[in-house]
Amino acid sequence: MMDHVATIGRLGLLALREYGKAGLLLARVVFYPPNLRKGVPLVIQQIYAEGVLSLLIIIVSSLFIGMVVALQGYHTLAKFGASQELGPLVALSVTRELGPVVTAILFAGRAGSAVAAEIGLMKATEQLSSMEMMAVDPLKRVIAPRLWGGFISMPLLTLIFNAVAIYGSYLVGVKWLALDAGTFWSNMQSSVDFRLDVINGIYKSIVFGLVVIWIAVYQGYKSAPTSAGIASATTRAVVYSSLAVLSLDFVLTAMMIGEW
Amino acid sequence: MVSQRTIESFVGLFLLAATIALIVLAFKVSGLTSFFKGESYAVTAAFDNIGQLKVRAPVKIGGVTIGEVSEIKLDSQTYKAVVTLRINKNVNDIPVDSSAGILTAGLLGDNYIELIPMYSKDFLRNGSEIQDTHSAIILEKLIGQLIFKLSGGNDNTKNDSNTKGANQ
Repeated sequence: MMDHVATIGRLGLLALREYGKAGLLLARVVFYPPNLRKGVPLVIQQIYAEGVLSLLIIIVSSLFIGMVVALQGYHTLAKFGASQELGPLVALSVTRELGPVVTAILFAGRAGSAVAAEIGLMKATEQLSSMEMMAVDPLKRVIAPRLWGGFISMPLLTLIFNAVAIYGSYLVGVKWLALDAGTFWSNMQSSVDFRLDVINGIYKSIVFGLVVIWIAVYQGYKSAPTSAGIASATTRAVVYSSLAVLSLDFVLTAMMIGEW
Repeated sequence: MVSQRTIESFVGLFLLAATIALIVLAFKVSGLTSFFKGESYAVTAAFDNIGQLKVRAPVKIGGVTIGEVSEIKLDSQTYKAVVTLRINKNVNDIPVDSSAGILTAGLLGDNYIELIPMYSKDFLRNGSEIQDTHSAIILEKLIGQLIFKLSGGNDNTKNDSNTKGANQ
């Protein structure tokens, strides 16, 4: 009996230790005195690898998500004779929910997994240790640029996702289903508030970006230095960050709607 | 390996695209016309019942938006709702004896405040109060009155037909 209780306790302590290590990693990256001359080019390289190279999947999926939401929304709204409210429906659901959440999950799959695998392989092939041998801090040279790159890329990707998804809904609603373009935009403008809807969505995406890239970096950094270790680090990076995004989304929405 | 210069130009384009997306979201989607609100002056009006009126609801004259509701609070002495209206500075010739009413946009739409100008030569200024106010129409009360009227009206028609029958 006591053995089982002890097992539970040990698992809890292990989990807490993981959180502590991840927190220390983040704190050491964030509170490190940054070297602007050397650091900025590295961060730009990572924005390219994590942000620019994710653009294709973000644009294609947001176009289709906008078109599907418009099509589904039109058929439901038309039953109530409210098809002129399609613009607000699409704009509010995209800027408040779909934009930040779907971008974060795609970002975890496209960039988070790549970062975790890359760092994991660097560790397995002892590149990180050899950097330490050469008095190069891998935290500064490898971890920090990836973390900042992801942190900066994520809100920018969300902005592009939002705009493209709304353009997709415009294509379906106005060009295909022949809603009036003026009603579509003016109803959208009268019900979407810049601060409450657009900016709150961007706040969400900033939080998601930090969480996704933090989990990816940490999972890569602590992975077992074997091929199986890299595989499980990649999987965990994607699974944990998707779960974290979905549950944090609920908390953040409750905070924003409840006006905490 | 892509050269650092190519990477930098791609990242620059990426930042530019995101900025354009933000501008589109601000002006085309959320209809943000100005980041800084224009000069305005505050006028108060006390209502018995404000219904579903909310802060930021529009204030209109003849259907044209001239300002918005900036504050709603309860007067603890009179138990009336004191609504503060912020009206654009360039609409500075509203007579003081104008009346303010809370109307509903459409059957189930949001509430807004409609000002009906009167003929006084004195104009509303910062801090002045609109005396003549009309409360919001509460749909439930209206339906209650309608049902009461209808049931009363039925009795009357019965009486009418009875008297008619008696006359014949």
